[in-house]
Amino acid sequence: MSDPGGRSALGGRVTTAALVAPGAGWLVLFFIVPLGIIFLVSLGERDALDRVVFDNPSLDNYRRAFDPKFLPTFANSLRYAAITTVLSLVIGYPIAYWISRYGGRYKLLLLVLVMLPFWTSYLIRVYSWQIILRDQGVLNSILQAIGITSEPLILLNTDFSVILGMVYGFLPFAILPLYVSIDRLDPALIAAARDLYATAGGAFRHVILPLTMPGIIAAGLLTFIPAIGDFVTPELLGGAETTTIARVVQEIFLEGRDWPYGAALGFLLMVVTLGGTLVALRTLRREVVGGG
Amino acid sequence: MTSGRNRWLAGYSLLVYAFIFAPIVVLILFSFNDSKHVFVWKGFTTEWYGELLANDRLLGALEVTLQLALVSVIISVVVGSLLGLALARIPYRGRGATETLILLTMVTPEIVLGLSLLIFFLALLDANGSFGQLVVAHVTFCIGFVAVTVRARAAGMDRQLEEAARDLGANAAGAFWHVTLPIIAPGIAAGAMLAFALSFDDYVVTTFNAGVGNTTLPLFIYGRIKFGVTPEINAISTIIVAVTAIAILIAWRAGAFRGERTTG
Repeated sequence: MSDPGGRSALGGRVTTAALVAPGAGWLVLFFIVPLGIIFLVSLGERDALDRVVFDNPSLDNYRRAFDPKFLPTFANSLRYAAITTVLSLVIGYPIAYWISRYGGRYKLLLLVLVMLPFWTSYLIRVYSWQIILRDQGVLNSILQAIGITSEPLILLNTDFSVILGMVYGFLPFAILPLYVSIDRLDPALIAAARDLYATAGGAFRHVILPLTMPGIIAAGLLTFIPAIGDFVTPELLGGAETTTIARVVQEIFLEGRDWPYGAALGFLLMVVTLGGTLVALRTLRREVVGGG
Repeated sequence: MTSGRNRWLAGYSLLVYAFIFAPIVVLILFSFNDSKHVFVWKGFTTEWYGELLANDRLLGALEVTLQLALVSVIISVVVGSLLGLALARIPYRGRGATETLILLTMVTPEIVLGLSLLIFFLALLDANGSFGQLVVAHVTFCIGFVAVTVRARAAGMDRQLEEAARDLGANAAGAFWHVTLPIIAPGIAAGAMLAFALSFDDYVVTTFNAGVGNTTLPLFIYGRIKFGVTPEINAISTIIVAVTAIAILIAWRAGAFRGERTTG
């Protein structure tokens, strides 16, 4: 694994510090410290002027967070994020594989095309699904014109439209890391597995899948995280009853002005997301190590 | 690999591309729609493009967004690539802690990142919504994505290539510059692309940290969607897609995307 400071191009204490310090320092100052501050704020309460005061630091705001009204919202967010992640991985893997294996000299171009919609605003892409999915929208017009349906289907403001919007929005986040890990896979390993009489499915399960697992983990994380914290898609493609945690936190924080309560909900959301991620990572890691 | 499977995969991939591009196509079509009422097709017009050029607030928002994305990408790519490289290659003490730190930034929902930075700047610096605050916010959520992408590429690299360079008389810096960097360059490029897209698109973190005069395009567009869209929004999106497509085409003709090893 190592020869720090030896014959490798990298290594040595000074090099290590120069590589690590800027990034780690930035993240401690602008990420850890602010998180510490919102934890402090979440222990306080607001006074009559909406200022944060710490006369009786307590966990009361966290107790309020377990209000039964808040729990279905939380479950809803988790459900959307989980379905979106699974769909993005299943849809994204074959295309990432195809680009890497058969893209030839067009590989990076094909990859850039996957990313192209990203250069328009996410908001606008969500909004353009509104144009497509409305009762008199593009899709219903087409379906009725070719006689598949006679009445407009109700597509917008449903779970379907929210999940569609999320998969659409986060699919490229899944494809990029999948591509990176599939692309560094040595094709000779697959050929070797086939030479040793593995079926195509067997080669995929025992060679390709384990070796690209880091990419799958990264892809899953990159999809799940924005999905669970997503505010825009449920807001624009979901109905009024489609509540998610992010919508609730945003509302409390920017409109209700109860910063300590908003901070507590936000902090809780982060802790739960982090916990879920760590469990997922450990499970996957065990699979990678023990699955061969 | 049989060509039959290749054909199935190609057909499938074509479908996914169709899915990815359908809303973009609709957007472009409707930017030429001769109706204020944006949901029903009425006929062809270029009226909205004219109105767009006359809309100072929209153009100002675009300018802020581009400046912000540019500065944020440069900082996060430099800082994030160094970090990704260290994680992939150097078994230093504290690597586990660095990994956890990066994971934390990526796991933390945007909304939490946004509100914590807002309180941080208010409490410690009494600052509220400067351009610098937005840069700090954007770089903070970009660094991890760049580091992870670069790290994935660097971890897959054959280290014997570096040793071969050293055997052939290159010093450490030379081996890094001429061997390591070109190999991890696609990872850095992917990281930069990701960072740009994240910054350019961000609504949630920005809405917490943008002060007066720092309205970005997503903030502007969100306001329009909430309080009645005008087709100008479709028009600016169409222009952005067109500019991007042209830039990609030029880069492709110049051979920018052909550095990859060929497989198969």
